[in-house]
Amino acid sequence: MSAVAEPLAAQTPIADPIVTVDHITLRFGGVTSLSDVTLQQARGEILAVIGPNGAGKTSLFNSITGVYTPQEGSILFYPAGAPSTSVLGRKVHRVNKLGIARTFQNIRLFSALTAFENVKIGIESRQHTGPVGAMLRLPYMRREEREGDRRATELLDFVGLRARANELAASLPYGAQRRLEIARALGTQPQLLLLDEPAAGTNPVEKQELEALIRHINAEMGISILLIEHDMRLVMSVATRVVVLNFGKVIAEGRPTDVQRNPAVVEAYLGKPPDAPAEGGES
Amino acid sequence: MTTTATPEKSRVTQARAFVADDRVRKLGGCLLAALVVALMTGPSGSLTSPTHGFRASLLSGRVVVFLVLGVALWGAIVGRDAIAPEVARASAVLRRFNVLRDSRSRYPAYAALLALAIVVPHLLSNFWQEVVVDQIGVYVLLAVGLNVVVGFAGLLDLGYIAFYAIGAYSSAYWTGSLPIKPPHHFNPFVSIIFAVLAAMVAGVILGAPTLRLRGDYLAIVTLGFGEIITIYANNLTSVTGGAQGPPKPVPHFSIDLFGIHYKWRLENLPYYYLLLVFVVVILVMFRCLENSRVGRAWTAIREDEVAAEASGVNTYKYKLMAFAIGASTSGFAGVLFASKIQAITPLSFLLQQSILVLVLVIFGGMGSLPGAVLGAAVIQWLPNGLRTYIKKEDLFLYLGALLVVMMIYRPQGVFPSRRRSRELAMAEAGMTTADAMSAPTAGEIQ
Repeated sequence: MSAVAEPLAAQTPIADPIVTVDHITLRFGGVTSLSDVTLQQARGEILAVIGPNGAGKTSLFNSITGVYTPQEGSILFYPAGAPSTSVLGRKVHRVNKLGIARTFQNIRLFSALTAFENVKIGIESRQHTGPVGAMLRLPYMRREEREGDRRATELLDFVGLRARANELAASLPYGAQRRLEIARALGTQPQLLLLDEPAAGTNPVEKQELEALIRHINAEMGISILLIEHDMRLVMSVATRVVVLNFGKVIAEGRPTDVQRNPAVVEAYLGKPPDAPAEGGES
Repeated sequence: MTTTATPEKSRVTQARAFVADDRVRKLGGCLLAALVVALMTGPSGSLTSPTHGFRASLLSGRVVVFLVLGVALWGAIVGRDAIAPEVARASAVLRRFNVLRDSRSRYPAYAALLALAIVVPHLLSNFWQEVVVDQIGVYVLLAVGLNVVVGFAGLLDLGYIAFYAIGAYSSAYWTGSLPIKPPHHFNPFVSIIFAVLAAMVAGVILGAPTLRLRGDYLAIVTLGFGEIITIYANNLTSVTGGAQGPPKPVPHFSIDLFGIHYKWRLENLPYYYLLLVFVVVILVMFRCLENSRVGRAWTAIREDEVAAEASGVNTYKYKLMAFAIGASTSGFAGVLFASKIQAITPLSFLLQQSILVLVLVIFGGMGSLPGAVLGAAVIQWLPNGLRTYIKKEDLFLYLGALLVVMMIYRPQGVFPSRRRSRELAMAEAGMTTADAMSAPTAGEIQ
């Protein structure tokens, strides 16, 4: 997976994948949003997806999380200790239960709830109390409630928001909202976490905190991370591997440093140099 | 432009500007509305003097009252910006005295309210006791149940009264009052189980296909369902007894267990206490529900369905759950109503009643249990308290006016839930939508 110039079709299968996206094509009417996209992510890896605006990054995320169903291809998820499962055709909440959690590019918190309650909703999607148990406050319901409170506090602590647990989500600063969204996603006990532009709109200090947080999630919780990000410094520093999308196609993949020098990538971002050779011009 | 035409023209433009003024137009609208109301609520004409209605309504002193009311409404609408902050300040002051919000004073306050609820009916006349049981008590149950659907889960149900009908008719069936006979006659207490189950099943059957729809569609389908049930009750004479209602009266409740014999009769107070027990139990249970995993999931769905789904919440299941719980509460109220009033007819289950229950919930404050109780008590008291001043058939007219004024000054209701009022404030500031109903679908998830 290291050679930049390696033809993309000849990707060698990864030994222990967490997710494999195999030749998916996603169309909306006449518009092709993703065209024959193939990528694999190893378990425990931090994989970044980059590309100019409209390249299909969020469409890829929506396909992996079950919001969209691509017309062609397959997406397989490999939960630890369980057989691989197809993601396609599953409802969004069922995909989440498989172990894939996500955040949104334009933050989608439950804004009238407190930070604590936001995280608890994520945690509680893994619990079992039904309406009868809740109405009668049965003992096991109270046990689950206490357990949920404990984990919510832990997670808020983990993302550094413990002191703001009782503030309304909408009243938190931008960077804190991004971290709260991550905490809510972590509450659902994912094995794969999809972060959609987590650094967008955050200041340099918050970016550093975020970088540390992503590493922590990956290292301490053992969660694989798929990351969409425009901030190249962040991508270069946290990602183990980078996939570049442009016009719905994978145009390059490899180590961050290699991808950075790839002429196709440079061209996608900056356009063709005016007097360069048509193909493969070294810049 | 000649000099002679100028004063003429300027007067025309002045007049135009005057009419174009928003406030003047609104005054015109309010006065017109007042005239219409005066005409509609006034005496009607007859064959011998067809203009009697107009003369008695518009050319008598009666019209003055309505014109004054019209001007008052105009003042309320135009002065909104000036008055609204005052209202907000006043409610902030009142909030400081709201003992229910402070956890230390909350339980003594509830105990005091309960004591009041136990004592007060003894002091009322027979007429008022009947109002409290038949109209307030039963509708408190209905409002609390609809509050789960509309307030907690944010689903607009316009056919809610159908489940009330299903509960009442199920009870009539299992106690042997309908033309078709059940396999075994039960005590009305036992029929509660069957009626609640029937209402719940009806809720699930209606909800299963329709809860995949959004907002407006759901409202229309439930509206249709409510109409279907009423029409069945009316026209399926061989099963329901038709427009006259069940041929035999639904029996009163009775206990005959472990040596305890008691029979509820025509008196209101025994029914009142029975209702009080049920209402308190249901309120406590729903309060627990609100603050549980289930209640939070509902809030999540209401606020952002996409995010809720992405956080692992099975939104469809929870909506169906809210629907089923609301329907069962409605069915339960139906049994109590049928047994109390004995002679039920399809007239108790009209669309108007569905809307009335919705009004109770909105007036009290969506998503707020004390609000639902308060809404039922106030709105159901109004027609009886004002019965010497207002004709019964005009009631909805005034109720409508009350709601319009409420929506201008206090859209969150008299006693709003904290979450709901926050949501409304944020929706007004353009930060979120206030309901799952109006949220955009998957198309623009980013």
